[in-house]
Amino acid sequence: MRVPLSWLAEYVDLAPGSTPGDVHAALVKVGLEEEAVHRFDVTGPVVVGRVLEFVEEPQTNGKTIRWCQVDVGAENGGVRGIVCGAHNFQPDDKVVVTLPGAVLPGPFPISARKTYGHLSDGMIASARELGLGDDHAGILVLQRLGLDPEVGTDAIRLLGLDDTAVEVNVTPDRGYAFSIRGIAREYSHATGAEFRDPADQVATDAPAEGFPVEIADRAPIRGKAGASVFVARVVEGIDPTRPTPAWMIARLKLAGIRSISLPVDITNYVMLELGQPIHGYDLDKLSGGITVRRAQPGETLRTLDGVTRTLDPEDLLITDDSGPIGLAGVMGGAATEISDTTTRVLIEAANFDPVSIARTARRHKLPSEASRRYERGVDPEVAEAAAARVVQLLEQLAGGRATPLGARLHAASAPAPITLPDGFVAGLIGVEYTGDEVEKVLREIGTEVERTEGALVVTPPSWRPDLTDKATLAEEVARISGYERIPSVLPVAPPGRGLTRQQQLWRQAATALAAAGLTEVLSTPFVTAAQNDAWGAADQASVPAVKLANALDASTPFLRTTLLPGLIEAAHRNLSRGLTDLALFELGVVFRPDGGVRYGTELLPAATARPDDAALASLNAGIPPQPRHAGALFLGDRTPKQPGRAAEPSGLADALAAARTLARAVGAELSWRQGTHKSLHPGRTAELFVDTADGPVVVGLAGELLPALAAELDLPRVVAVFELDLDALMALAPSRLDIAPISSYPAATQDLSLVVPVDVPAGEVLRAVTAGAGELLEHADLVDDYRGPGLGEGRKSLTFALRFRADDRTLTAAEATEAKLAGAARAAEAFGATVRE
Amino acid sequence: MSDTPELNEESVRAAADAALAAIAAADDSAALKAVRAEHLGEHSLLARLNAQLRNVPSDQKAVYGKLVGGARGRVNQAFAAKEQEISEAEAAAQLRAETLDVTAIPVPGRVGARHPLTLIQERVADVFVGMGWEVAEGPELESEWFNFDALNFDEDHPARAMQDTFFVDPVGSHLVLRTHTSPVQVRSLLERELPVYVVAPGRVYRTDELDATHLPVFSQIEGLAVDKGLTMAHLRGTLEHFARVMFGSEAKIRLRPNYFPFTEPSAELDIWHPAAKGGPRWIEWGGCGMVNANVLRATGVDPEVYSGFAFGMGLERTLQFRNDLSDMRDFLEGDIRFSQAFGMVV
Repeated sequence: MRVPLSWLAEYVDLAPGSTPGDVHAALVKVGLEEEAVHRFDVTGPVVVGRVLEFVEEPQTNGKTIRWCQVDVGAENGGVRGIVCGAHNFQPDDKVVVTLPGAVLPGPFPISARKTYGHLSDGMIASARELGLGDDHAGILVLQRLGLDPEVGTDAIRLLGLDDTAVEVNVTPDRGYAFSIRGIAREYSHATGAEFRDPADQVATDAPAEGFPVEIADRAPIRGKAGASVFVARVVEGIDPTRPTPAWMIARLKLAGIRSISLPVDITNYVMLELGQPIHGYDLDKLSGGITVRRAQPGETLRTLDGVTRTLDPEDLLITDDSGPIGLAGVMGGAATEISDTTTRVLIEAANFDPVSIARTARRHKLPSEASRRYERGVDPEVAEAAAARVVQLLEQLAGGRATPLGARLHAASAPAPITLPDGFVAGLIGVEYTGDEVEKVLREIGTEVERTEGALVVTPPSWRPDLTDKATLAEEVARISGYERIPSVLPVAPPGRGLTRQQQLWRQAATALAAAGLTEVLSTPFVTAAQNDAWGAADQASVPAVKLANALDASTPFLRTTLLPGLIEAAHRNLSRGLTDLALFELGVVFRPDGGVRYGTELLPAATARPDDAALASLNAGIPPQPRHAGALFLGDRTPKQPGRAAEPSGLADALAAARTLARAVGAELSWRQGTHKSLHPGRTAELFVDTADGPVVVGLAGELLPALAAELDLPRVVAVFELDLDALMALAPSRLDIAPISSYPAATQDLSLVVPVDVPAGEVLRAVTAGAGELLEHADLVDDYRGPGLGEGRKSLTFALRFRADDRTLTAAEATEAKLAGAARAAEAFGATVRE
Repeated sequence: MSDTPELNEESVRAAADAALAAIAAADDSAALKAVRAEHLGEHSLLARLNAQLRNVPSDQKAVYGKLVGGARGRVNQAFAAKEQEISEAEAAAQLRAETLDVTAIPVPGRVGARHPLTLIQERVADVFVGMGWEVAEGPELESEWFNFDALNFDEDHPARAMQDTFFVDPVGSHLVLRTHTSPVQVRSLLERELPVYVVAPGRVYRTDELDATHLPVFSQIEGLAVDKGLTMAHLRGTLEHFARVMFGSEAKIRLRPNYFPFTEPSAELDIWHPAAKGGPRWIEWGGCGMVNANVLRATGVDPEVYSGFAFGMGLERTLQFRNDLSDMRDFLEGDIRFSQAFGMVV
């Protein structure tokens, strides 16, 4: 809401010398957030001049300019020669002259300049150049605004261009503050200055009846009739072509509304002043009386903006015998619009249901000044004053005559009284307000207060539909007496349990990966179907994924089922910025609906009380699983080339090492075996799993991107990735470990070389050896993989370094050898391994 | 070697002198090794002279024995001294040779970094955990009931319109990407024993196009305390403590009246930023207020017995003014320089 200060000052005294900053500061105190300051940005000298004479001079460019002699008053240098391109004025017209040294909005500094063969000693200004409007129709002729000022008068003051508006943000609960009336009241609350209600400054006792108006809402929304108040007044004999006074244009402009025509400007002016949206109809274009009703299926209406709209049965309409003539509270119809030939107007000041108006404005994408106010709630008791104010201004400015013809329907219910127990406000706010203090504030904001035993009974004023319970009253007391009065007390929470194990492990996972040299990134979860499908299971063409109804980018309407597309995108961005050695990771939620399940809840339970357990369970069951995943990506070099040391390119080994680090960080022991995935290199894919009592449980995969896919993604040939279901991994980690005593007996170390077919994975052989060697085997490493002469075609020799130890004695070489051979025997059984001597 | 040297005073002295000269001339361990073989070994002249002792008449054995023994002693002593000298010199030379330019040593591996947003979530959570609060969680893809209804958002509230909130297709499923961390308030009150003191950091979503000042995905931290006798003074005390831990003991906060459906009274929280660009000023930090009685009712908490306060702030914004960040896109673009600028600490 933009508030011209001159207007505000009519209804509340501003502190002397108040700057816009001071007014903002006062309004901020009572909860009206500071937004901006608006000015005309015109500085003088800008004065009234009288055109004495001019000569028309055709130019070679086809234009005809006027070389004018303009009297700007002796004190401003008398008669000046000015070149003017416009033709809409005559000798003796009074105009606005911007003299050298003036600055117009732009900023556009004015100076005496040579043009079209003359020295133009200033400029004759148009409304547009002054920032007063968009009118291109030439310069501003003051007589046409009904002004006849002395030559030499300061035009900035005359036209109201010295006014300033403060803009504040009005919260949705306080619709009444969308008016000068409301802001003046709030300013009075903030400063204690006396408030003069503009609604009281106009007589509302003139009889007005006889115009047929009917409210016939047969389909109220949520049980509320679409209209509760409808005031109509008829004014005759207006001249709609009369100029709008400059002060009104300036105020409207500062308030952000363009001047259109006098009758329209008046309705807008009254709306801004009182917060009551007004609509004016050309009465001669109306057929019969007015009925307010819902639309019928298939009805259409051509609104003021020239658009023909198909109406929804929920839309509230203003109709006459011809059908719809207005979208109630949102926008009027074109057929009954006030025009240059209108003489009789019907003024409508109504009160419409906020929900109905909000839905219609949204449905037709038609947010208007009127709908904005109705949505937030308009004072139902101000309609008559507003209508009377419009009548008054039409009489004063447009030559109209009030008639006794009109209507007054009023079915608005009075606000319900609220019981405010003594001590409640202090108990909620934490300030020891006295009872008197509470009462005083509540009266100040316009409530009626009645004292009863142990409580106040508080009846809110008609403009405060937001005051609905005792907490809203407590807020008023706190707000008006100042939030700065609230003391600072630190509450003592009961002893907490600290972070959950899962929360600790999430942190540890991220820290471990970063410590291992990876850089954490975050990405958006919006992806294409193809991005999800690329990382789905090999045997599925498409992955079940959550689709958004209103994605920002129509090409990425799905939520990620995997972290890899985000990591690939981040890699791509880094590469494009010249960062070519990358080790990235992300820990984040992925969205994994199960195929064939219909998620969501069609009917939501009421929120007036705790839903029963079944209803809550059904809500939760309707939410797709959202496990937390960990993903990483490597490309370029692990270690760059350095003196005396070649670059070490990164690859699958980095992904496996990082995955193992991550698993260790959350207390799990990760293993892997050869795997396959459609998007990964067929020979360089590892399935990541955790051994459990029930066998291995797969928790993720690692691999190098299929080179063709890497090329398609514009990435280097080798890109290694892993992705793990972190929640699953953590669930598999033992919550408590039984640690065997650490034996201090000496170890016996032996090597074991086994010859196996080349396609037998070394890891499987190692598992067999470990299983066969039994408890004495403390540790085993694969130390060599030899392929060559002496082994036979298609065979390889794997050498393992084994370390044996017993808990209770020093092992003999024979015991170690026996265990080793038991391991070899198991490998022989499983893979036909032979011991290579 | 086959000839037998004559054992006499002259020959012993000559042999000893020759050995001592050779020891003195040796300047590395290889030379010294040759000297040992030639002058101290079993085939050396001195050794052979020593062997002659057996041919000396017994009455002269003591004299010659002393002569040869003395000579060998001198030689052995000189050799040991030289050996030590050379070994020390050679050890020193090796250390000298092994000198590296420590500023140019090839260092294996990479240096990683955390993302500042996840770090600040942890840091903020720790402030509250330190006061006995717990960290609560909820799903990012949420039912409208938790995100709106239970938080006192009327079905016609503008936030429920498609221009602010991401809805899941079909819209009738009433699933949304949560627009704030506040649904965690609802879940906490439904699931936990009273009193409840929790914070909930996490990701939230709004349909804002990504640009320098807007993100469609951002992070908030939510706080909720519901207990008997909580007042707005407790809200202020908590926020003041939080601000001081995060921004230093000089930090100041300001509460301004505002409106949120799920709190009443409601306030906007400003923080004083003494080092703001363009001069010290108040900066909007978040929203807060006393939990609306309707929220307590929706979660089965009796508002006549319990009261509570809640607050929420944007973490990107917090980092933005705390660390003077100018472009919000950096949070989501994954440029490693952004995370690495913070390292492991925020």
